[in-house]
Amino acid sequence: MGIFKKFFEKLKYTFKKTELNDDFYDELESVLVSSDMGVETALDIMDELRLVCKQKLIKDADSAQVELKNLLISKLNAQKVEFSYPLIITVVGVNGVGKTTSIAKMTKYFIREKKSVLLAAGDTFRAAATEQLNMWAERLKTKIVKQGEGADSAAVVFDAVHSMKAKNTDVLIVDTAGRLHTKTNLMKELEKINNVASREYPEAKRLNLIVLDASIGQNSIAQVKAFKDSVDIDGIILTKLDGTAKGGVVYPIINELNVPIIFTGFGEGVDDLSVFDAESFVDKILM
Amino acid sequence: MALFSNLGERLNHIFSKLTKHGKLTSLEIKEAMREIRIALLEADVNFSVAKDFIAKVSEKAVGEEILKSLTPGQQVIKIVRDELTALMGGENQKLNVSPKPPTVIMMCGLQGSGKTTLCGKLALKLKKEGKKPLLVACDIYRPAAIDQLKVLGKSIQIDVFEKGTQNPTKTVREAIAYAEKFALDTVIVDTAGRLQIDEKLMEELKDIKKNIDPTEILLVIDSMIGQEAVSVSTAFNDALDVTGVVLTKIDGDTRGGAALSIRSVIGKPIKFVGVGEKLTDLEPFYPDRMASRILGMGDVLTLIDKAQEAVDEKMAQEMERKFRENSFDLNDYIEQVNSLKKMGGLKSVLSMMPGIGSKLKQIEDQIDEKALEKNKAIIQSMTAKERENPDIINGSRRQRIAKGAGVQVSDVNNLIKQFNQSKEMMRMMKNPKAYGGKMAMMRKLMGQ
Repeated sequence: MGIFKKFFEKLKYTFKKTELNDDFYDELESVLVSSDMGVETALDIMDELRLVCKQKLIKDADSAQVELKNLLISKLNAQKVEFSYPLIITVVGVNGVGKTTSIAKMTKYFIREKKSVLLAAGDTFRAAATEQLNMWAERLKTKIVKQGEGADSAAVVFDAVHSMKAKNTDVLIVDTAGRLHTKTNLMKELEKINNVASREYPEAKRLNLIVLDASIGQNSIAQVKAFKDSVDIDGIILTKLDGTAKGGVVYPIINELNVPIIFTGFGEGVDDLSVFDAESFVDKILM
Repeated sequence: MALFSNLGERLNHIFSKLTKHGKLTSLEIKEAMREIRIALLEADVNFSVAKDFIAKVSEKAVGEEILKSLTPGQQVIKIVRDELTALMGGENQKLNVSPKPPTVIMMCGLQGSGKTTLCGKLALKLKKEGKKPLLVACDIYRPAAIDQLKVLGKSIQIDVFEKGTQNPTKTVREAIAYAEKFALDTVIVDTAGRLQIDEKLMEELKDIKKNIDPTEILLVIDSMIGQEAVSVSTAFNDALDVTGVVLTKIDGDTRGGAALSIRSVIGKPIKFVGVGEKLTDLEPFYPDRMASRILGMGDVLTLIDKAQEAVDEKMAQEMERKFRENSFDLNDYIEQVNSLKKMGGLKSVLSMMPGIGSKLKQIEDQIDEKALEKNKAIIQSMTAKERENPDIINGSRRQRIAKGAGVQVSDVNNLIKQFNQSKEMMRMMKNPKAYGGKMAMMRKLMGQ
């Protein structure tokens, strides 16, 4: 941590009156690549920075840092997401990225927004997944629709959507089984869940959110691509940002696949979720 | 299992450029090294590990012998392969066993790295090897983590020791007493996932280590991890002096840079890899085999291991006799399909074949695992007589079989045609001289 700060301090000391030279850009490449944004994105950003610095006749590290930060923020292309209700959120992602915890956090978020929330235990595959979601439902005092392990997840969703309609619930959040994106059968099941939700409640606003683990590298790109092949992906929940991981892999995802980040998760508590903020995200990369 | 295929593909591309040239100039080597560096970084190999690796390979590649060699591309590939193997630790390392039972194995790692599932996989593996494992649930934080381990334990009939949210060190101590009492020889401890910077939870692990002194402390890492691999493994190793690493979830299209980074940074061996979602999907880690796979040289050794697990020896001998006598029938065909399935399916087998690994992507669409299932259904709709002697299958029999299997008559025709072709092929292989010309053609076909 803090490599960049030290690096800039070092730079200020070493290159105060000289030009931004190759050593500067070598070190910069290391900082950018270490954020997991991928070597191609890093090289692109460096080229752009070179260009900007040339145009603006910037020759010192301090001003370059300001430009770099602006560049990194502009690339995130953050659009504000407006939620409209009734809202059905389906949460997808590979195993272990933090789907269930993210659902608990989102539930708390909507409760704070004074919305009523219903959960659907659609992960009928992993041992004790339903129990895990159920415990969160109890802690958060929210309703949950569930069936036993091995049940048809689309059937769970069917029940949940009908219960949502009957009780005029604002938000339904559907948990799904973690799946490695290479498993076709499980991806088919997702399509089915989606079809059931659209068919049974066409008036509801639908959002499919993918949960990504910030500590995962370039594979996250493949994950988003694979899920996008089966279902529409409307946004990202980026989890585990409380560690030292920077989650820079969202850069190629936003650039190539045009999927925005909606929420970021930064801890195990239910309140450790916030609406995505580009500036603080970039600050962490440059920290 | 497209393990490492992306890295393999890129390196193969680089090397195909190299092998085309006769001699290499040092500029060309430099260019190739630059490409390898990018390939490594795109595969999530840590920035500084990639840098060191390139420096090492360059140093060897620039040596006199390479420049003078007639096949410099091959030489460079050999150097890269050797260095990759060395980077991942050289040889396979087995689990340590305590001289005084029980052997205690403690898992640690980030949240979501796959510790709990791994506990189940390892317990099942040890049980198959004749050990008597006990699972201990010490993840007292994540809701339902204990339930998850209990469900897993039940499915493989292994005891799970748990004391709810009691202090983990105390629970482990009681579990060891329990194991001693019931003569269980291996205690596998599942712990809560934690961030390496969470001091309180790291203290908890240190406390277990201090009081219990486990035989093995395995760091469980998601093989898809990015540049974080280094800070995570360094922090856990600094705190606990781990004895080994297990890479999980290696069955996605993971590029596996983590495998390259971790060993070189903390100097601890990778002992196992988790290769699938089923509880049997755990394999020992062999650096040399992995290096071959990365470079698209195939992994025949793992293939043989898998074949040995899937096919018992008696059956294999019987099959060989049938091949020899050319009395192979449709019953045997079903056996073959079943064995193939046990080995992880056609794709997984192909991915380990030399020369195919990197091309698998191109032919992936043509591989139809379902076709095998369909053929199986067709054969199962045949009478015993028909299976033994497919020649008797006439038009009306074909119709009946198609109906029974729920397929078209043309599917049945295809299967019989395929079967006759493979029989013909076997005859040729048995007696290559008599079929000289055809055999050469066949080789050509198969070589493509």
